[in-house]
Amino acid sequence: MSDSKVNMVAPPEGVTGEGFFATKLNDVVGLARANSLWPLPFATSCCGIEFMATMASHYDLARFGSERVSFSPRQADMLLVMGTISKKMAPILRQVYEQMAEPKWVIAVGACATSGGIFDTYSVLQGIDKVIPVDVYVPGCPPRPEQIVDGVMQLQELVKNESVRRRSSPEYKELLASYNIQ
Amino acid sequence: MSELLLPPEHRYAKIIKERHNEDGSELSILNLGPTHPATHGIFQNILLMDGERILEAEPTIGYIHRAFEKIAENRPFYQITPLTDRMNYCSSPINNMGWWMTIEKTLGIEVPKRAQYLRVIVMELARISDHLICNSILGVDTGAYTGFLYVMQFREKIYEIYEEICGARLTTNMGRMGGFERDWSPEAFRKLDAFLEEFPAVWKEFENLFVRNRIFIDRTVNVGAITAEKALAYGFTGPNLRAAGVDYDVRVAQPYSSYEDFDFIVPVGKSGDTYDRFCVRNAEVWESLSIIRQALNKMPEGNDYHADVPEYYLPPKEDVYNSMESLIYHFKIVMGEVPVPVGEVYHPVEGANGEIGFYLVTDGSRTPYRLHFRRPCFIFYQAYPEMIKGAMLSDAIVILSSLNVIAGELDA
Amino acid sequence: MALETTEIQERLIENFGSKISNFDQSKDIFTFEVDSDINTAVILFLKNDSIFRFHFLTDLCGIHYPDNEENRQFAVVYHLHNWYENKRIRIKSFLNGSNPEIKSLSNIFLSANWMERETYDFFGINFTGHPQLKRILNMDEMISFPMRKEFPMEDSGRTDKDDRYFGRTTTNQPIVK
Repeated sequence: MSDSKVNMVAPPEGVTGEGFFATKLNDVVGLARANSLWPLPFATSCCGIEFMATMASHYDLARFGSERVSFSPRQADMLLVMGTISKKMAPILRQVYEQMAEPKWVIAVGACATSGGIFDTYSVLQGIDKVIPVDVYVPGCPPRPEQIVDGVMQLQELVKNESVRRRSSPEYKELLASYNIQ
Repeated sequence: MSELLLPPEHRYAKIIKERHNEDGSELSILNLGPTHPATHGIFQNILLMDGERILEAEPTIGYIHRAFEKIAENRPFYQITPLTDRMNYCSSPINNMGWWMTIEKTLGIEVPKRAQYLRVIVMELARISDHLICNSILGVDTGAYTGFLYVMQFREKIYEIYEEICGARLTTNMGRMGGFERDWSPEAFRKLDAFLEEFPAVWKEFENLFVRNRIFIDRTVNVGAITAEKALAYGFTGPNLRAAGVDYDVRVAQPYSSYEDFDFIVPVGKSGDTYDRFCVRNAEVWESLSIIRQALNKMPEGNDYHADVPEYYLPPKEDVYNSMESLIYHFKIVMGEVPVPVGEVYHPVEGANGEIGFYLVTDGSRTPYRLHFRRPCFIFYQAYPEMIKGAMLSDAIVILSSLNVIAGELDA
Repeated sequence: MALETTEIQERLIENFGSKISNFDQSKDIFTFEVDSDINTAVILFLKNDSIFRFHFLTDLCGIHYPDNEENRQFAVVYHLHNWYENKRIRIKSFLNGSNPEIKSLSNIFLSANWMERETYDFFGINFTGHPQLKRILNMDEMISFPMRKEFPMEDSGRTDKDDRYFGRTTTNQPIVK
């Protein structure tokens, strides 16, 4: 790999000396988490097809540390909700979210997952943030693969700067309680 | 355990109770979906299993029911294309064109030959991209990921052509009443030529990877076979029916958009199994390529890309600012106040999965009175429980992907 | 073309008399109305007759006409197709508004099963003799029939979209609650 074009992520701020590098645990954990997000694609419709393109050879989401698509909610960090979520589907989405282990993040990909999109009807949930908390919204109907990649990168920024204690903070518990999630 | 999934009075409970296997084993219930990754789409099937064999299946659908038909009753005619896009999102242009042709049939608009040929080209591109996904995903489900990664690059090329034509990749919302919204750019034709140049060799390689592949044959031959009689009774159309040996193709039976000008064969299979479905789709891609070449060669001179129907076709922007008539038409079209005669039409087109029909009832108002989509996936998916009866669990996945059931089309 | 519409019309009247009416060939597909009590008999005849051979059920759907008289408030529309002669026909049956009921086709065409379930789900049309007439696309708990004209498209219980932002209410109330 001597002539490789691999971009290494920059190390976090810290003190370098001979044989050691001292930094904050927060930063290291954030760095590690941000660059190894395992996605759980919850693809229901059109946006799922664009996600297929994002994962495939042309756009290759694996470049951002998301090589391993995890279809088990237990082993996933990042829930990508792509496509329309109907009211019939909403309890299932919620169950999948509850099954994920902390820390977990959610990206709502596309207009339908974000707000119901053009389907302002009796059968469609008007945005997944009615049932689960969302970290990043990606607009578009469907978003281009570049946009999905950008959404993932935005999430990486969030993850990088998240305190390791956030998940046990009262604010976070309050957030989950507002969705009735234990 | 099973009580969690099904109520005790469910028919499976009775079967489990009455069945006594010789080795003392019991039947089990397995819930497949709706978020099972291998089903790529949200299909739920509650399976009654004897070991690895499926005895019964009970499908539940409607997980992305979006009420297309209800929305269509509340939208002006030209706002309905975005809905058709999202039905079969793997081949949106076919749906778009089908809808415009339905409206044109209602209004009696004659589309110029060149625009018809352009439509044929884009519909065949859509068919290629749909079959390409279906066949490569079938490869993924049988364990061959490489083919998928390889041909997906060429789906991107098709999307680039769409982008040149209409600006969108997947949900194209392409065309207008009477033709296209703008003429195709020279770049679109250049990209099309490049695609026609590169793609055949790739598709040939892809074909070679599978057609005589021992593992693929073992996994697909005689898996999920359906006889022609059964397929007809279940309302199969499109490649799934042709794989069973019936050569029904709307493009031949009721040519629309000048399909009668082109010379192509309708590939048919014999046994209606998964392998035949693969081969029929594979052969259809070759036919589509040939149709596109013919259309390019026979393309009439000139630059007609829409019919001369100012009442229905948006005038160019400069005219709107400079001529009174155009301004009136612009206003009326944008506000959806175009006169549509009372009546009802049914227009079928050959979608990538079968006959997509648009049954439109108009009452002279600005929106359809009733618009019903004949969605091939919805109709043939009801045969799925019967097709997987007696098959292995892993076969059920392969059968599902070879049928190419698109969730958006299934649930409308 | 071997199968002429006049021939279809004559033979149908011969067999079923006045229960078949309103023949129409003005638009694309030959259309006629069938009294709702003989729908299966007519369709079976059209399917099995050696001349007609309408062996393929292309489409089945419902339509709601709330403004019609009581006995014609619902319609079930069948599209049949004869592939041998490449001939399509459209059959309509009008039903009573308060008690829409018609015989099921599911014994004649297997494909009618889900299409009838969908029509039941959307319109509440009761197909007698259907093996499993329950909702297919919507949730089982739903009580109304969404494709009926009086049913609103948008969810009335939604909270996220304020109608006043969309110019859909005339009252000029202050937006801040």
